[in-house]
Amino acid sequence: MSRLSEHFAALRSRNEKALVCFVTAGDPNPDATVALVETLAKAGADCVEIGIPFSDPLADGPSIQASSQRALEQGMTVRKSLEVIRRIRARVPDLPLIPMTYYNPIRHFGLTEYARQAKEAGADGHIVTDLTPEEAEEWKRICIAEGLDTIFLLAPTSTTARIEIVTALSDGFVYCVSRTGVTGLRDDIPAELRDVVTNIKAYTDKPVFVGFGISRPEHVERIVAFADGVVVGTSLVNLIHKERDNPDLLEIVYQYVASLKAATR
Amino acid sequence: MTTATAEYALLPDERGRFGVYGGRFVPETLIPALDELTLAYAAAQQDPAFQKELDGHLKDYVGRATPLYYAERLSDEYGAKIYLKREDLCHTGAHKINNALGQILLARRMGKPRIIAETGAGQHGVAVATVCARFGVECEVYMGEEDTQRQALNVARMKLLGARVIPVTSGTATLKDATNEAIRDWVTNVRNTHYIIGSVVGPHPYPMIVRDFQSVIGREARVQILEKEGRLPDYVIACVGGGSNAMGIFYPFLNDGAVNLLGVEAAGEGLNSGKHCAPLTAGTLGVLHGSASYLMQDSDGQVAVTHSISAGLDYPGVGPEHAWMKDAGRAKYVSITDNEALEGLQKLAHREGIICALETAHAVAYLEKMRPQLTPETILIINCSGRGDKDMNTVVQSLELT
Repeated sequence: MSRLSEHFAALRSRNEKALVCFVTAGDPNPDATVALVETLAKAGADCVEIGIPFSDPLADGPSIQASSQRALEQGMTVRKSLEVIRRIRARVPDLPLIPMTYYNPIRHFGLTEYARQAKEAGADGHIVTDLTPEEAEEWKRICIAEGLDTIFLLAPTSTTARIEIVTALSDGFVYCVSRTGVTGLRDDIPAELRDVVTNIKAYTDKPVFVGFGISRPEHVERIVAFADGVVVGTSLVNLIHKERDNPDLLEIVYQYVASLKAATR
Repeated sequence: MTTATAEYALLPDERGRFGVYGGRFVPETLIPALDELTLAYAAAQQDPAFQKELDGHLKDYVGRATPLYYAERLSDEYGAKIYLKREDLCHTGAHKINNALGQILLARRMGKPRIIAETGAGQHGVAVATVCARFGVECEVYMGEEDTQRQALNVARMKLLGARVIPVTSGTATLKDATNEAIRDWVTNVRNTHYIIGSVVGPHPYPMIVRDFQSVIGREARVQILEKEGRLPDYVIACVGGGSNAMGIFYPFLNDGAVNLLGVEAAGEGLNSGKHCAPLTAGTLGVLHGSASYLMQDSDGQVAVTHSISAGLDYPGVGPEHAWMKDAGRAKYVSITDNEALEGLQKLAHREGIICALETAHAVAYLEKMRPQLTPETILIINCSGRGDKDMNTVVQSLELT
């Protein structure tokens, strides 16, 4: 059993839901990313997605686009992102870590070589936003060989046939996108979300986590009533950017994430 | 060669692949919409009423067939027989309307009340705004902020046609980023929106659909050259940004092995300057905007900043079928710099009284490179893909005309 599966099975046995956090590698800088992820773990994050920046993140809204752009302007690369993950892994030996990126940067790196280095750096699995199961055959094969999980996404528009494919192929958890749209802050939770998640859960025992547009403890509380966990990205990226020069950055992030985690219990 | 070329017409395969190129690299949310579009298009192809409706609009609204014009003085200059396929005479001034029209009819079949598009030079945006006005459909066009400035005339045209033009400031603020924003809009509003992609790019089935709607250019040209010359041309030449006008004129000639297909990319300030957008000439395999093809990218797989004097060619990617045709040797891809294109534009204006688009000027300019190999018997067709009014600001500045 992979670290992801083990970790989420343990949560389930404690009747607890998962909090997954997202940060961009290298925004505001690599040292900060390492310290931030360590803080996320202390505050109760059950898993952290590390964004490997791409110049053309077409599934992301303005906040994460801008964050990726800042990281790239700082000289962030795939190789340097893996180095950040390696340093994070040294600090948090047991925390599930999932690089999240787009297909072109890892394809350009070389899928096999990338997967080998990612595994060695301490990654547990990947989310490649623009790689659906149909195009992921080679990537999936390589990840299996390296012992890396591959997480695939479902959306409110996914048909039954696709739910069957994605739930079968996704490892660790199934990532359910909360709404049609890109990442970014929203005030409300879509009314249809409960039905979307409930429907997916009819096809799988794997945990189903919900992401996109979740930023407040009350969002988390409402979603974990029917889902197994939540993913919080944009609000955290925004908070880190806003407080990047504040000496209390880590404490502020800790408080925020702890408040989200409390809502999962 | 016949066997090999016969295969071209059968592509893409059902996964949307042209060899290793093409495919569907998009967020999950869009997959059902792409499936829906694939089915709707297949049904439309089987429906004689659809083709009849399309043909009717192409004739009476667009003004097809466009002439295949014998460019006499240009021919004298180069010592060959040069024909221009006059897509610049289409309604709205470029070939883009062929695809916009076909796709809006598809959108109507699918019952999608809202249309979005991306545009670079603005020709595709104008074409989409035009058909949306014609059919009374809501229209929003994403356009890089830099392009809204260099193609201000087309922005005004789109607005006059009732479209909303949304300037895109992210990334490099050109066509690539306008496409990102259009895809983001589509992901968000996919249930009621059809995205009319303007070139033979994007996830399957777009490269196929756009090619098919544009191939009216080549079908007409093939009949017309046989009427005028009694034989097929030696060369068919077209500029390539995303590659829709080139694919449109190339495709019906694919099985004519003796016809040389030449795609002309934008070399910008020169291939060695780093400021260009010639992925087929100087790019590598990559994935952008939903398909695998040649791509301008850096050593880290980040999409490169491109440059061309021509907004319509200023794009780091290219259609996957062009990539396949390049590798298979069926078409050859070359490049022309900004300055050479400006010379080509002036030559066509002076010699034929035709002011073409800066994009088209790249194809015209390649004649200069071919000069040594041309004979009085050589027959060439250049796809005159668009008219140049939109580029007057750029041309005036570059040539210091006042």
